[in-house]
Amino acid sequence: MEWEVVIGLETHTQLQTKTKIFSGASTAFGSEPNTQACVVSLALPGVLPVLNQEAVKCAIKFGLAVNAEIAPRSVFARKNYFYPDLPKGYQISQYELPVVGKGSMTIQVGSGDKAYEKVINITRAHLEEDAGKSVHGAQEGMSGIDLNRAGTPLLEIVTEPDMRSAAEAVAYAKKLHDLVQWIGICDGNMQEGSFRCDVNVSVRPKGSDKLGTRREIKNLNSFKFMQQAIEYETSWQIETLEDGGTIQQATVLFNPDTGETRAMRSKEEANDYRYFPDPDLLPLAISESDIGAVKAEMPELPEAMKARFEAQYGLAHYDANALTSSRGTADYFVATVDAGSDAKLAANWVMGSVSAKLNAEDKEISESPISPSALASLIKRIQDGTISNNAAKQVFEAMWAGEGDADSIIESKGLKQVSDSGAIEAIVDEVLAANAAMVEEFKAGKEKAFNALVGQAMKASKGKANPAQVNEILKKKLGA
Amino acid sequence: MSLNSADIKRIAHLARIEVSDTEAEATLSKLTGILGLIEQMQAVDTTGIVPMSHSQDVTQRLRDDVVTETNQRELFQSIAPAVKDGLYLVPKVIE
Repeated sequence: MEWEVVIGLETHTQLQTKTKIFSGASTAFGSEPNTQACVVSLALPGVLPVLNQEAVKCAIKFGLAVNAEIAPRSVFARKNYFYPDLPKGYQISQYELPVVGKGSMTIQVGSGDKAYEKVINITRAHLEEDAGKSVHGAQEGMSGIDLNRAGTPLLEIVTEPDMRSAAEAVAYAKKLHDLVQWIGICDGNMQEGSFRCDVNVSVRPKGSDKLGTRREIKNLNSFKFMQQAIEYETSWQIETLEDGGTIQQATVLFNPDTGETRAMRSKEEANDYRYFPDPDLLPLAISESDIGAVKAEMPELPEAMKARFEAQYGLAHYDANALTSSRGTADYFVATVDAGSDAKLAANWVMGSVSAKLNAEDKEISESPISPSALASLIKRIQDGTISNNAAKQVFEAMWAGEGDADSIIESKGLKQVSDSGAIEAIVDEVLAANAAMVEEFKAGKEKAFNALVGQAMKASKGKANPAQVNEILKKKLGA
Repeated sequence: MSLNSADIKRIAHLARIEVSDTEAEATLSKLTGILGLIEQMQAVDTTGIVPMSHSQDVTQRLRDDVVTETNQRELFQSIAPAVKDGLYLVPKVIE
């Protein structure tokens, strides 16, 4: 039987606020344990939550970015369960009335000829607080609790079960990861847990419209693990069903060392959490003017920028897509063009040499040793014919290594292209005189001999002659 | 909707409340009474009425995103039963 995998994602994004969602304690990462755990984080009796307006703004930004309905009235609810890193005995979340409703995102899957676009529907996004952390091994038979993270604002983003392969799920997660950073609501740091994905996976016979029983893979913090976990889980479920077994709804953990998923505990029924409206918090009202104020602060979104790059600069769809994959890349490209570079050349350099170097050195584009204006000054020297493309690559390497600006490197390395036709003519004459045999071959109809002569002329000029001019003069001299 | 004593035990377990069999019986009759009252209330036509999520008809006040809390770990941990290296210690929890 042919099987189809059905995948939905729930992503917890830590919002980039200075303080916690319901208190004025700092959310800075990496501080000494419990130094950012105030009375609200500790759930001391009598304390009350007060909502952080920045967290609300972040939720509105996300809603606008995925064309979702932003609820004029949403409600906070208590999700009840017992765990030491949740001292209140409940997590404040949103249940029936989330702040962000239905929206959608378009993802690009695969590359080359097999690339395709797909719309992924967002079910909802809601505000909630993060829990603290349990630290094991601090003392025999005990667990240590650090409540610095308790109360950090999260936006949980939930999709419809719209994805049909691990590749689609990863493409969605990457796109979401880019988007939340683009709009500045999340730093996207997966190692520090700022962006955590739970993946719901089920399988069904291909063509069936009934969903199979799902298992939820918890807390995936890298795209590579996500891909591996989904692939393992999918084949495990298919094998189980083909062997006549059944799938039990469960929460599973992925073990990166073995590449396997393992059931953690049977998934509690939703009503086990006994959600109810939190009497400590009033309904959250968001007016049209609140939304308008946030909209005015929003950066141009990647989709809009992509369309603009195609229309304004005549870039290909693929290039426009690559340049808008992150806000850093887009800003760098725009700054390069604004500094006077040709847009298509800038696009090639940013996606080519710059991104290759960044990848090799595992750097962000903001850390590039070559600034956009420095890159533009290099590209301008290609545009005005001062240097060849090959020479430009050498200049780029030297600039990257911090040897100076484009013009001084061109000067010191003597890379200036020779475009003086008199000088080139002299070189061509020498080459013709020294390679009489090749000239004869060419005259006898061997086209290849011409290229060999061009090569000789370029060599004689130490690569500095303008190749187009060499071609032209050689043709003229040979009467071709 | 009717409850039995197994439901009572389950609800008590979820809330981490210890109930003896006698208490469970007493609680069962009380909760059944409450559910009966709710059933009676459900006869009221509530079409077009927004469900109430708070008893006061006001909306949430928002706080500026400014750090106002300072580190008071020493004070807070002075009343904790067990601490080590800044961590609160609790009986071991295993996933």
